[in-house]
Amino acid sequence: MGLMNNHGILERHSILLTIGILVVVSIGGIIQMAPLMYMDNTIEKVDGMRPYTPLELAGRDIYIREGCYVCHSQMVRPLRDEVERYGHYSLAAESMYDHPFQWGSKRTGPDLARVGGKYSAEWQVDHLIDPRALVPESVMPPYAFLMDKKLKYDGIEDRLRTERLVGVPYTDEMIANAKGHILAQADPDNRGFDYYDSLVAEYEAAAGREGTVELRDWDGNPNEITEMDALVAYLQMTGTLVDFTTYEADDLSNRR
Amino acid sequence: MTTNQLSVRTGNNSSIIGVSAVLGIFLLFALLMMAFAKDAGMGTQALTFLVLGGGLFIGIGMWAGSLIDRDPFDESRYEDTLVKFGVAASMFWGLAGLLVGVIIALQLTWPSVFYFPEFGWTNFGRLRPLHTSAVIFAFGGNVLLATSFYVVQRTCRTRLAGGMWPWFVFWGYQIFIFLAATGYLLGITQSKEYAEPEWYVDLWLTLVWVVYLLVFLGTLWKRKEPHIYVANWFYLSFIVTIAMLHIVNNLSIPVSLTGSKSVQVFAGVQDAMTQWWYGHNAVGFFLTTGFLAIMYYFIPKRVNRPVYSYRLSIVHFWSLIFIYIWAGPHHLHYTALPQWAQTLGMTFSIMLWMPSWGGMINGVMTLSGAWDKLRTDPVVRMMVVSLAFYGMSTFEGPLMSVRAVNSLSHYTEWGIGHVHSGALGWVGYISFGALYCLVPWLYKRKGLFSKSLVEWHFWISTIGIIFYMVSMWFAGIMEGLMWRAYNEYGFLEYSFVETVEAKHISYIIRMLGGLLYFSGAAIMAYNLIRTALGHGEATELETATDPYAKPEPRAALAPAE
Amino acid sequence: MTDERRDIDDHSGIETTGHSWDGIKELNNPLPRWWLYIWYATIAWAIVYMIFMPALPALPGLGTNTTGLRNHSDRDLVAVAVADLKAARVDQSATLLEASLEEIETDRNLQQFALAMGESLFGDNCATCHGAGGRGAVGYPSLADDVWLWDGTLDGIEFTLRHGIRHDGDDETRFSIMPAFGRDGLLNAAEVGALSQHVLMLAGREADVEEAKIGAGLFSIHCATCHGDMGQGDRTQGAPNLTDTEWLYGDSEGEIYATIYNARNSHMPAWQDRLDDASIKALAVYVHTLGGGE
Ligand code: HEC
Ligand code: HEC
Ligand code: HEC
Ligand code: HEM
Ligand code: HEM
Ligand SMILES: [Ca+2]
Ligand SMILES: [Ca+2]
Ligand SMILES: [Cu+2]
Repeated sequence: MGLMNNHGILERHSILLTIGILVVVSIGGIIQMAPLMYMDNTIEKVDGMRPYTPLELAGRDIYIREGCYVCHSQMVRPLRDEVERYGHYSLAAESMYDHPFQWGSKRTGPDLARVGGKYSAEWQVDHLIDPRALVPESVMPPYAFLMDKKLKYDGIEDRLRTERLVGVPYTDEMIANAKGHILAQADPDNRGFDYYDSLVAEYEAAAGREGTVELRDWDGNPNEITEMDALVAYLQMTGTLVDFTTYEADDLSNRR
Repeated sequence: MTTNQLSVRTGNNSSIIGVSAVLGIFLLFALLMMAFAKDAGMGTQALTFLVLGGGLFIGIGMWAGSLIDRDPFDESRYEDTLVKFGVAASMFWGLAGLLVGVIIALQLTWPSVFYFPEFGWTNFGRLRPLHTSAVIFAFGGNVLLATSFYVVQRTCRTRLAGGMWPWFVFWGYQIFIFLAATGYLLGITQSKEYAEPEWYVDLWLTLVWVVYLLVFLGTLWKRKEPHIYVANWFYLSFIVTIAMLHIVNNLSIPVSLTGSKSVQVFAGVQDAMTQWWYGHNAVGFFLTTGFLAIMYYFIPKRVNRPVYSYRLSIVHFWSLIFIYIWAGPHHLHYTALPQWAQTLGMTFSIMLWMPSWGGMINGVMTLSGAWDKLRTDPVVRMMVVSLAFYGMSTFEGPLMSVRAVNSLSHYTEWGIGHVHSGALGWVGYISFGALYCLVPWLYKRKGLFSKSLVEWHFWISTIGIIFYMVSMWFAGIMEGLMWRAYNEYGFLEYSFVETVEAKHISYIIRMLGGLLYFSGAAIMAYNLIRTALGHGEATELETATDPYAKPEPRAALAPAE
Repeated sequence: MTDERRDIDDHSGIETTGHSWDGIKELNNPLPRWWLYIWYATIAWAIVYMIFMPALPALPGLGTNTTGLRNHSDRDLVAVAVADLKAARVDQSATLLEASLEEIETDRNLQQFALAMGESLFGDNCATCHGAGGRGAVGYPSLADDVWLWDGTLDGIEFTLRHGIRHDGDDETRFSIMPAFGRDGLLNAAEVGALSQHVLMLAGREADVEEAKIGAGLFSIHCATCHGDMGQGDRTQGAPNLTDTEWLYGDSEGEIYATIYNARNSHMPAWQDRLDDASIKALAVYVHTLGGGE
């Protein structure tokens, strides 16, 4: 066979073989990844998406650090039972500011895409401290130590700036006031009082609608801003941003 | 001849200087990063690098100083000491990774006993990536390094290229593993599965990997065989493609040059696609083509039979690497990834079935004329059973890629069962087979310390795999069905925690399976150490009675035929 | 390859390619037929599938991907599937919404329907806090006993579910706030200690009698407005009965002290935004039958 004879050329020239391999393994990836960057039906048109507040972002970093994604997905599939159990199926738009994404690949625990607001902040804290005290059958690890760790946010401005570098629309005000916004969201009545209005105004403007920013003491310890505050603030907002009352599921580019 | 040798030697001595210079520069970086560390994690990681890299640096210095007029890179001999190091590292990391696997299996089985509230860093979320990286990159990676260095030298009939550089690849890779592993425990992770290490570790690995590619290519360049052997096609595609995947999937911008945290360049759906393009092909090129390369050398060598079909090698090699790249979206079925991409992922996965089986056919049929070895040589049996598992998981994979099947299997323990039939059965067994071959060959022993211990290893771990797979299939399908079960009134029948509770028995069986598999590997380690020491049946080889019928003394280069 | 010496493998009689690497040779067997045919079949199937389903992306600037002959959409399909399910339940859901407690209790079909629906929803939405079967947990009241903080009637439960308790953002939520007597400086530590002893006494437990006496005085000033003169509780304010053996936050002296010092004022989410009317009604029926419905 001709092909077999010609193959001898590749077997005799390691550089040709290397180039051949590179060409062959590049094709699929380019065809699958590049169009997602330029086709405009990749991400749905929705109202309500905004960047994470600094406290939520810090909480998300803890979510990543503790490896919650190894047990929890954040991706409700368009299947009847999932929509009934967890709520509206997840949209691509909902993770458009997620660097990196947190869709997960294993559900040892339930999906968390829409856990925001499902329970109270107290419950989240109680549950994270000792999951089996509330759900005896649970296999989730305890995270009580988050209560004792003060949230470190010295570099939070740089953190937001880097997000902006990769396309998350943080404004100069958001970056300049990032520390104040953390205080405002975790301790709105005292230390964060002066930043209260600015936090709400900035992020609601980004979302284009009201009521997307919740401010409170999250961990039941108003004297301290702990990692628990941040994580629970993040959990309590997951999946709450998109306004599904204005979402047009029938729109051709949203059908998928 | 002598001048020639001298020039070779000075050329190679420059490799010592090169390695020291690169290492020196990175040590300087590490020192700066430690001094200006933005977070405690970064400080610890930089210190770790300083200690390990510094140790290596001093080691090189002391070793080079002791060279008076001995040529350390004697071109007339194979570089086998490095392969010995690789074998030892494989055994060490293999045991460590399996042990962590058993620990996390215990955590899911008896959470109240195996979680320690005061040691948050031992939680499942941090140990699981430690397990996956330890078994895939530390164990699998070292097996691939060791075998590729061994195989490329034999099949090119030349010493490894690059003098000191292969040693840089080996130790640089160990440093990568160490930084990654300690990083996970410290909570430093990008959260991208199988690519968790942060930006600076990724950069270090990139450097090590590029050197690996150059060493491999350099060895091919100076080969004394006209043609490149099929095992080397597979090794080459593994090295080249992993480099490509690693670089693209890890594109991220550090928040600070002296901090551990970085921000991924891609977001959401694009990031998901990139991640699973990477993740699936980490399976395809690390766990498949790399280990097929091992198969293509060790099976024909061990059974002393020709490879079954050259034509099949060509067709399945190119189709395998072409099609594999497309299959990533099968990890994202029914997600927010646009469906056109899911379709491509599914259809290419189906088309991948036969190219995958091509490797199995070529391996198994190589035994024709030597089937009796299955009975008499447990090492051969191990390698053939590994091909059976390979065939099974590459049948199961396409099946799970069908969207309707995936809607049930995705997110469940079925996936874990699939992973471990590939990982324990295929990757594990072919590696064990190669290690059982390598140790007597490298240490010039007549045989292994004890053949009956190999039998024990084989049976114990086979039972372990069966426990693991059956329990996870059962648990996965059960939980998938429970999630979607409706009662007669049209309401969801089970709550989520009921499915967690229902898996408890399966978790116990899986844990036992893992323990058995780990015990088997421990037996192997014992057997191989005794073999290296020359105990038992592993007496020194007399060239005349070499059972593996090698044409020339093992570590010396034969003249051209 | 013509330029190379051929040799024949003794065992199989098949020609090798003529190369040898470290003693390894290659036979030149043809591709197995069955292998090739199955592969072709998978390729043919893949092409057909790609014609029927969305499959190929567009080049830059060229609109959208191929949508396939079947015009398939997961999102359309799930909308239909959920609508079908709702439609199958719609009659009974409508009846349920209208029905009073007596009607539900007498109509066995309706009751079973409501319980099936309630039980299903309870597992994923409520049991996380209130425990499987409503057994309760520390901080989360048992729903299976006949002790009620607010209201144990069917309508009362439904109201609680709809609006939640101390739920931010619901104007009708059940609301009352026990002051954090210690933390906010209304009482000092000694006084809180004395009150703790009094509360223990109220519950019929062993306590320091002297302390409790002081506590009793403080109680009538600070606590009786909510918890009643005798500590019997007040359900209009959700203030628990302190004389029974049921404790929301645990019965240890320390826990009681902590409650008085910091107050708890925990939240129960409002479900009307997450669940539809029929679901809430069904849950109320389910909770009502758990044990102590009034
Ligand atoms: C070992 C696996 C595991 C890990 C790791 C894990 N979880 Fe869980 N999680 C579970 C399981 C199982 C459940 C269901 C039982 C329960 O409620 O405890 C659960 C439940 C939850 C719930 C309640 C969801 C619901 O809708 O009922 C939340 C919220 C949650 N986890 C958050 C987290 C966070 C945040 C982390 C990381 C800091 C985390 N989990 C880590 C296993 C895990
Ligand atoms: C985040 C945790 C949480 C969840 C989830 C939750 N509850 Fe509650 N629930 C509470 C708490 C806390 C209270 C007590 C509030 C108080 O102190 O008055 C409560 C009180 C109640 C009461 C009032 C009991 C009484 O004695 O008056 C009812 C009825 C109730 N819950 C039913 C439900 C049902 C049904 C669901 C599910 C749809 C549910 N709860 C979900 C936390 C929760
Ligand atoms: C404004 C009304 C109000 C006042 C005044 C008040 N309480 Fe309460 N108390 C409540 C409510 C409401 C709850 C339930 C809170 C919850 O669910 O978090 C409660 C709960 C408690 C509990 C916990 C019961 C359990 O089952 O765990 C104790 C103990 C208690 N109160 C003691 C006191 C004492 C002592 C005082 C006076 C110093 C006092 N309360 C004053 C409203 C009040
Ligand atoms: C033809 C070959 C194969 C195909 C088409 C295939 C397909 C799949 C599919 C569909 C999944 C499940 C994705 C999900 O639902 O989450 C999966 C997961 C996985 N497979 Fe395979 N598989 C193949 C071979 C293998 C082999 C040989 C191995 C191991 C050596 C392997 C290792 C894995 C791993 C590690 C995962 C888990 C990824 C994750 O979610 O973290 N696969 N594979
Ligand atoms: C002693 C043997 C082993 C045991 C007990 C074990 C146990 C486990 C456990 C408990 C998990 C987590 C599953 C979950 O999240 O539900 C896991 C995941 C994983 N293991 Fe192992 N393991 C073993 C060996 C191996 C080997 C040898 C490999 C690879 C060569 C491997 C590769 C993986 C991978 C890739 C995952 C992630 C799967 C996914 O994300 O879908 N394991 N293992
Ligand atoms: Ca706090
Ligand atoms: Ca990485
Ligand atoms: Cu895959």
